Amino acid sequence: MPTFDPYYTAIVIVGLVGGVLGVCAYLTLGERKISAWMQDRVGPNRVGPGGLLQPIADGGKFFLKEEVIPDHVDKVFYLLAPAVAVGTALLALAIVPFGATTPTPDPVPALPTTVAVTVDRDFGELPAATQQAPPSPVETFEQQQTEYRSHFNFVLAPGLDIGVLYIFALGSLAVYGVILAGWSANNKYSLLGSLRSSAQIISYEIPLGMSVLGVFLIVGSLNPEKIIHWQAVGGPADPVLSRLGLGTAWWMALFQPLALLLFMVSTYAESSRLPFDLPEAEQELVGGYHTEYSSLKLGLMLLTEYVHLVTTSFMVSVLFLGGWSFFGLESVTGNAIGDAVLKLLILCGKMVGLCVFAQFVRWTIPRFRFDQLMNLAWKVIIPLALLNLLAVMCVKQFGGSLLVLTGVNVLLFFGAGLMSVRAHGTVTNPKRPVVKLPPGLPAGVTFAGK
Amino acid sequence: MPIPESEVSWVEEARLGLWEQLYIPALIDGLKTTLGHMVKPKITEQYPEQEPKMPANYRGVHRLNRDAAGRVKCVACYMCATACPAHCIDIVAAPAPTEWQKDGREKYPETFVIDELRCIYCGMCEEACPVDAIELTTLYDLTGLSREQMVFDKEKLLSVFDTTTKAGTDPVRTQAGRLSVASEVPPSA
Repeated sequence: MPTFDPYYTAIVIVGLVGGVLGVCAYLTLGERKISAWMQDRVGPNRVGPGGLLQPIADGGKFFLKEEVIPDHVDKVFYLLAPAVAVGTALLALAIVPFGATTPTPDPVPALPTTVAVTVDRDFGELPAATQQAPPSPVETFEQQQTEYRSHFNFVLAPGLDIGVLYIFALGSLAVYGVILAGWSANNKYSLLGSLRSSAQIISYEIPLGMSVLGVFLIVGSLNPEKIIHWQAVGGPADPVLSRLGLGTAWWMALFQPLALLLFMVSTYAESSRLPFDLPEAEQELVGGYHTEYSSLKLGLMLLTEYVHLVTTSFMVSVLFLGGWSFFGLESVTGNAIGDAVLKLLILCGKMVGLCVFAQFVRWTIPRFRFDQLMNLAWKVIIPLALLNLLAVMCVKQFGGSLLVLTGVNVLLFFGAGLMSVRAHGTVTNPKRPVVKLPPGLPAGVTFAGK
Repeated sequence: MPIPESEVSWVEEARLGLWEQLYIPALIDGLKTTLGHMVKPKITEQYPEQEPKMPANYRGVHRLNRDAAGRVKCVACYMCATACPAHCIDIVAAPAPTEWQKDGREKYPETFVIDELRCIYCGMCEEACPVDAIELTTLYDLTGLSREQMVFDKEKLLSVFDTTTKAGTDPVRTQAGRLSVASEVPPSA
C-alpha cells in the first residue's frame, strides 16, 4: 500500500482540477468552433485572437449573471443538485492516470520453506559465498515501496486496486445530481428530462461495465496503472505474436476492438453526448433537467457534462489505447523528467483527441429515439458484451493467442449485423405491424375497439 | 373533412442491408461529409469590417431622383402616397416655377416627407410612380437617435440620391423620360 505525501497530493489535486476545468472551458470553445466549421461558418472569433479568450468571457458571464431561484422550486434539493453533479464528476478524476505511472508492486510471496540449492552442471555445487539467503518479505516489501516511491506518479490516488470500479460507482452516483435537479425544479420539462436521464444512465451502466470486463480478465487487475503497464511494457508472452517476433506490448484495442466500440458508445450515453442527449434535448424539453438553473449553477451543470467527457476519454485511452505509451515515442528523450513530460503529453493528447472525436460525432449523427436508445443498450450492447466476455473466458481458460479475441470480436460485430438483416427491420428500430383503421374513421382518430 | 381511405397510401419502410445495419459505415460516411465541410471555404461575412453586397432589387432607404437638369423629378401626383399601405408619405404640391413649365412641368412637391419608421419597405410607391421619381435604394443600415431624425424631408431624400449615385451602388434604374407612356397622349392613328 503506497503512502501519501500530503503536500504532493495537494499540488496534484490543484493541478489536476485546474487543468481539467481549463480543458473543459476550451472544449466548449472547441465545440462551438467545430460545429461552426462543419456548417461552413467561422465560429466565435471576436474575443481575443481567433476567439481564444471566448471561454473566459463565457465564464465571466456566468459569474456576473443574476442568480434566479424560482419561487416554485424545492430550495434544498435545488441547491444541492449542482453540487452533487459537479462533486461526483470531479471525484471520479481521483484515480484517472493523466501521465506517467508505475504499477504498484505485487504482494510479496511468503518465504519458501526449503531453499533450493542451485547446482551447476559443470562445476558441481556453487561456492557457499554466492548463495545468499533470500531477503525476508519485509525487506522485499520495503525495497519495493522505496523503489515505487522513487517514481513520480501522475495519479491523485495511486495504487488503488479497485480503480475502475470506483469510477463506475461514482458514475452511477452522478445520476443523483440529475434526478435532484429535475425533481426540485417542480417543472414538467425538467422532470421529464431527469426521468429520461435516469433511465438512460441506469441502463447504460450495465453495458459500460460489461464491455470492459474482458479487459480486466485479460490483464487480471482493475488498477488502471497495471492496465497501462500491461499494454505499454507487456504482459505474458502471447503464443502467436511471440512466434512472429512481434513483442508483447500491444494496446488492448487490438484484442478487444468490439469492446472498445461498445465502451465508447456507452460512455457517450453515460455523459449524455449527442447521439444520446435525450435528457436535455432542447427541441423537445426546453433545457431538460437544467431548465430552471441560471448563472453559476447552470455553468456547473454544463461543466459536469464536459468533466464526464474528459474522464471517459481518459478511461478509453487508459483501458484500450495504451495509456501513456505511443510506439516507443514515450521514451525518446531517455531521461526521467523528459520522459515524464512526454508521457503526460501523449496521454493528454489521446484524451483531447477522443474529446474532439466525440464532438465530430456530435455534429454528424442525429439524436436517437428513446426506444432506439433502450433497444441499443439491452438488445445489442449487453448481449455482444456478454459474448465477448465469454470468448475472453474461453481464451484465458483453455489457453491460446489473444489474437483469437480479435477475430471473435470482428465475427460478433458482423454477426450482429447479419442477425439484424435476418430480423427484417433493425434490432434498434423494431418493425411494428401497420395498424389499419377500420373504414369510416378519419386518420388520426383513436379507435377504442368500437 | 376526413381523408377517405382510398386516398391513404401506406408506405413500407425501406429494407436495410448488412452495410446499413452495421451503422458504423454510415457513421463514417457522415463523418466524411462533415469533416469535408470543415476545410471548405466559409460563407460568413464579417459584417462591420466587410460590407455585404446587396442585390440590386433590395428595398432599403428611399430616394427622390433628379432629372438631367438636377431638378426634383417628382410631379406631385400623389400616386405614391395613395398606394402607400402604411400612409407614411406626406406631399404638399405647388405650381412649378415658371422656367420649369417650359418643360411641361405643372406641379412640383413643395414638401415631400417620408416617415422611415412607419414605412414597411414594400416598394409600392416605386411601382406606383409614373415618372420614376421615387426609388428604394440598397442602403440597409438606417439608424437614428430620435423619431424626428427618421422623418426624411425632400432635401434629405434628394441627398440620398446624390450619395447613392455618386457611390455608384444604386444607378438610376429606369430612364422612362419626362413622363411615362401612360401619361402621354396616345399616338393618333
